[in-house]
Amino acid sequence: MRDRKLRVMVAKPGLDGHDRGARIIARAFRDAGFEVVYTGLHQTPDSIVKAAIQEDVDMIGLSSLAGAHMYLFPEVVKLLKENGADDIVVVGGGIIPDDDIPKLKAQGIVEIFTPGSKLDDMVGWVKANVKTRTD
Amino acid sequence: MSSAVEKVIAGDVRTVARLIRDIDDKIPGVRDVLKALYAHTGKAYVIGITGAPGVGKSTLVDQMVNHYRHQGKSVGVLAVDPTSPFTGGAILGDRIRMQRHSLDDGVFIRSLATRGHFGGLSQSTRSAIDVLDAMGKDYIIVETVGVGQDEVDVVKSAQTTVIVVIPGMGDDIQAIKAGILEVGDLFVINKADREGADKTFNELRQMIDMGHEKYEDGKWKPPILKAEAVFDRGVTELLETIERHRDYLLKASQGNKLRKNKERIREDLVEMIKSRLIQEVLDHMSENDRLNKAVDAVMDGEIDPYTACDELLLSTLRALQKDL
Repeated sequence: MRDRKLRVMVAKPGLDGHDRGARIIARAFRDAGFEVVYTGLHQTPDSIVKAAIQEDVDMIGLSSLAGAHMYLFPEVVKLLKENGADDIVVVGGGIIPDDDIPKLKAQGIVEIFTPGSKLDDMVGWVKANVKTRTD
Repeated sequence: MSSAVEKVIAGDVRTVARLIRDIDDKIPGVRDVLKALYAHTGKAYVIGITGAPGVGKSTLVDQMVNHYRHQGKSVGVLAVDPTSPFTGGAILGDRIRMQRHSLDDGVFIRSLATRGHFGGLSQSTRSAIDVLDAMGKDYIIVETVGVGQDEVDVVKSAQTTVIVVIPGMGDDIQAIKAGILEVGDLFVINKADREGADKTFNELRQMIDMGHEKYEDGKWKPPILKAEAVFDRGVTELLETIERHRDYLLKASQGNKLRKNKERIREDLVEMIKSRLIQEVLDHMSENDRLNKAVDAVMDGEIDPYTACDELLLSTLRALQKDL
């Protein structure tokens, strides 16, 4: 089997107007050799899931700085499942209170990156934990 | 018929998305699926959108999709962005301008990275068009990477090639250079509210008129349109002009299917042979580590690269002859 190229999506769900962080992470993923689909701002969970399926990505990175992560992040996981695409790994990042992290993980968001996370660590995490599909 | 083939023809989004990934990743099994799908292609109309970075290609494509959807037509979009020559990574951002269509089941949008292929498209684009065609899309819009002067691959895949320019790009000398400006079936001056739109229009018109002998006997003469894609201005006219070009091609081919063009089939086939040959040869060389050994030998001064190339290539071709 040839090596597949890792494809990831960086998405901004909800009414959150700041994407500097998301763009920096997209850039770091590019520099790590991934193909990064960026959706832009103001996406609904549904539009993110539909796009992720069309793009056949291995991972979705959700960025939220506006406080609606407890609704938006699990909704993405739920819709992926409904569409038979729950092999796509979902991670989140942004302003996420410590108390929310275990709750999000319990709902299928595999990892959460909060302010202060290092780009190298995030890239390393993705390389270690997200595998391209082998079929 | 394999289930993948049936699912593509039935329009299954997940299957199509995965198949395009397999094409991109050069998974060997994909060839059998493409062989079976080919009989189901040739129905879609393929439009190429090309032009320099930042002229508004993605925004224009977004508006075109919107218009086609109002006409009740289904649309596939392949949007190509560049791969980093250093890391192999890519930011695929064309989708940002088109995300409003992501909930529409009549639209399939896929971002592709060039993966080192020159010419404005990815190597996989040609086959990805076939897949969207077999899926039943009425129109397939192929957006190239931002191109300079020489990346004209899109012409080989599209029936109508649209060149997008903006006012104030270069003087009249740019307009007589060979390459990209020669291949346009029609031109769109986008951001036409900007200063210099009329000057750009005149320069393009002069360039086209200089080749007037090409357009005698009713041959297609590339029209020049003005647009402001962001405000949806000029898009209706663009679509009408594309239809006129389509009618012209149909008449010129005397009712033959547009894809049954001998030159185009020849070029496609040659491209396919080239990429397959390179892939097989390089795979073979890396499998038994001979490429690495040759690199080391040249590095250590044991052999010159020309001799190394001869030896590697000849022995590989001989070995492949037995395999294939």
